Formats: sequence, C-alpha cells, structure tokens
Amino acid sequence: MDTPLKRTPLYDAHVKAGARMVPFGGWEMPVQYAGIVEEHRTVRSAVGLFDVSHMGEFEIAGPDALAVLQYLTTNDVAALQDGQVQYSVLCYPNGTIVDDLTVYRLGPDRFMLTVNAGNIDKDWAWVNQSTERGTKARWRNVSEETGLIAVQGPKAETLVGRVADRDVTKLGYYRFVRGTVRGVSTLVSRTGYTGEDGFELYVPAADTARLWAALLDLGRADGAAPIGLGARDTLRLEMKYALYGNDIDETTNALEAGLGWVVKPAKGDFIGRDALEKVRAEGVRRKLVGLEMVDKAVARHGYAVHKAGRPVGVVTSGSYGPSVDRYIAMAYVETALAAIGTALDVEVRGQAKAARVVRTPFYPSRVKKAG
Amino acid sequence: MPNVPTDLKYTREHEWAKQDGARVRVGITAYAQEQLGDVVFVELPKVGARVTAKKPFGVVESVKAVSDLFAPVSGEVVEVNADLPNKPETVNQDPYGRGWMIVIAPSNVGEWDTLLTAAQYEEFLAQGGH
Repeated sequence: MDTPLKRTPLYDAHVKAGARMVPFGGWEMPVQYAGIVEEHRTVRSAVGLFDVSHMGEFEIAGPDALAVLQYLTTNDVAALQDGQVQYSVLCYPNGTIVDDLTVYRLGPDRFMLTVNAGNIDKDWAWVNQSTERGTKARWRNVSEETGLIAVQGPKAETLVGRVADRDVTKLGYYRFVRGTVRGVSTLVSRTGYTGEDGFELYVPAADTARLWAALLDLGRADGAAPIGLGARDTLRLEMKYALYGNDIDETTNALEAGLGWVVKPAKGDFIGRDALEKVRAEGVRRKLVGLEMVDKAVARHGYAVHKAGRPVGVVTSGSYGPSVDRYIAMAYVETALAAIGTALDVEVRGQAKAARVVRTPFYPSRVKKAG
Repeated sequence: MPNVPTDLKYTREHEWAKQDGARVRVGITAYAQEQLGDVVFVELPKVGARVTAKKPFGVVESVKAVSDLFAPVSGEVVEVNADLPNKPETVNQDPYGRGWMIVIAPSNVGEWDTLLTAAQYEEFLAQGGH
C-alpha cells in the first residue's frame, strides 16, 4: 500500500501560487512554478525562495553529545564553535554513505543535524541505534516542528538584511545566528545548495507560511520568486554538489564521492574510519567527476560511461545547465580516466555520445567566504 | 484549457498532424509542451528515414524528463526542422508553428482518418489526457 505523501507547512501556498506538485522522497513538493529555467535564472540573477521544510532536523544535547557526533560523523565536530556549521557525512562501517548532512553547534553540548528528507526515518533509526545506551546525550527529532526556507541569490543579503533583527551582512559562510525575522524566531544560517550567496532560515513550523508570504512580498522589489525542486536540482548540478540518492548512497564511499575533505581520521574513531583509511591507502577505484557533453545529448542518471567501447563508469546526475548553457553531468569513472580533459562516451539510447571530463564547479561559486 | 487548433488532427500521445498538400507536418501540442516544461533537447530522424504510425520517431527532453515522439502516420520523412536542435525552446514558445518537428510523405493515407479530431482531442484532455 502506498504511504500518503507528507506536506510541508507551505503546501497551501504552493498550490495557490500554481506550482506543479510532485512526489519527492515521500513528500508532495513543488517541482516548478514559472518554469525550471526561468527559476534557475532568478536565483543566479536576483533571489529565490525555496521551501525545504521537508528536510529533517535532529537535536542532540547532553555532556556526551560531542563524543556521540564524533563517532557518528566523519568530520571533526570538535573544530566547531558555537554559531558554526559543518558539512559532514554519516557512514556505514564499510565507508559507504547513510546520508550527508550539516551539523550546527548550538552550544558546547548541544547540536542540530540537518538531514535529507527521504532519509529522516533511516537516519533517526541509525543515530539512535549507533548511540550507546546510557550515554549522557539525548536525541530529539524536531523535523515536524521545524520549517525551513532557503533564500538564495545575489539579492538574498539585501532581502534578509531588511527583515532580520540581526546584522546578517557580517555573517560568514557556514555561520549562523539566532534572531527574529519579521517577528518570527529564526535560526539564520549562511548556507545553501545553489552556489549563490544566501541563507537558510529555520523557523517554527507554525510560522513558516507567514514568513514565506512576507519574504515574497517584501522581496518583490528585489525580483524574488518562489523556486521549485527542479531548479534546485539544476542549480546544485552546476556546482557539482552531490544529491543523496543520485550521486551518493549506500553503495558509494565518501572518498570516491569527492567528500574526502570532510573525512577526518585524525580526530579519532568513527563509524567507517577503518574502511575509509584502507580506501585512502589503496587509492579510490573510481571518482565522481564532472562531464560536459561534446555531442549534443543529455546524460541522465544511470546511463553507462564508456571509453573506446569499454564500460568504465556510470552517470549519476545530468541535465541541461541553464547558466553554463551546456549539457552537463556527474559520473563515477575509473580513477585512471578521471583527469580533466579525458575524452569519454556516454551511452544515450544505445548510441555513444562524446563527453569530456571538465573542471568543476561547472559554474563559478559565488557563496560568501568564511568570515 | 490549452490551445487546440481546429484545423489539426491529434494523437493520444499529444502530437499534432497537419495536412500540407499530400504531406503531413508533425509537432507536439500546447498541452504536451506545458506538461514537459522547458524543452532542452530534441532528437529528430534524418530526411529519408521511414517512420511508422504509433511508433517513436524521435525524442524530446525537458530538464526533468525524456519523452518519445510518436508518428501520427507512417511514411518517409521528407523535411526536418533543423532549427530545433539548437533552439529547443522553440517547442515551448510556438508548438504549432515554428516548433514543428518533421514532415512525412504518408505511405498509408487511410491512417489519417484514425487520428483524433480537435473535438476528440479536447475531450481526451478533459478526461485527463492519458
């Protein structure tokens, strides 16, 4: 039997705005409003609002919270100060990926984890199961009570700056501050998934619709518009940001996915450490690379990658990149064929279409640098 | 309701067909392009290729989806819209005009009568279009 799709606090607002709603990770979400390409350009040139309330948030508090997170995640949580955010990964013992996430240090022994919508139940079971009994740390799943609005684009700072009671212009990348935005108690995080400057606003679920409406209204002068999951996907693809379920999953390890920069064995033991240390010592067998199509064709998730007729990898994400005006893709390919400039073929409907490995991000990142 | 010109015939896969002398010009409907969203890629057969009614003759891709294009009638491809590979967005902008895809010299004139009339296609859309 099908499980009924879940809805975010903004469901009614999306329907009223004429969004096309689709199932995504167990949720009924807007895939587009005005059109994917137009929405993509709005984010690159002005500012877009994304409903990402479907994402999950877990809090952990207690004297052992840091130790628990050090064991669960690959990045070094001890490096975080209050008000800082860290990208990280939950790994299985074999080094493959349970989920990718962000870790917020709310206080010395209090943290918040933001996880992918489709993985909330799996992750919740995982973090609880992997936390030893009797440990002095308590988990709380606050996903349902938390709304999340991403405000992304070159005008995001202007818009959020106008409505927040804190000076967000001073907030560095991967930093957050608590305050109120249009009277709504908000955790303002300078993070995102588009490659543009911007914010993610964590708010009480009950206030999300009010804040969404206010931001759209006040942002009109800045060209603000609601953005669906379709453009969210093309924006992140141009940055080569991994999407769980497409580019990373329980069959891909964190190192071949190019996430070695958040794998910190020097911090001590964590789940997956031994396996990843072994992979690092032996070298990865394949790498997640950026491909640009040379022949006219769209590479899609699951398409085979060939070299001189021999299968050498698989496409994990691919589409038209509106800002680069090219057909681009992400693919795992044998390490020997991962060098920039390598000529490869993508099998599209039985035909070999020429592609080449290119430098990424495909489009230059304009995120604000750490401050 | 999307535009359904009365001088065309239609398929249940949302192609339109227009009689052009003895030939048949083919494209996708306004409804189809709306459902697809931004068209970013069009793959068409070469002039001289044979196409078969109700069988795929090409592919149209939007940002999110890949869809086959189905031939309304059988025959030989005598013209191909060479602008589409470089300007796929034309399909969204003008599906019944500059967004045309191929022209077929039909090999079985009887097939024309099996296509939906505008009224029938509108009825089909009213019932959900699939």
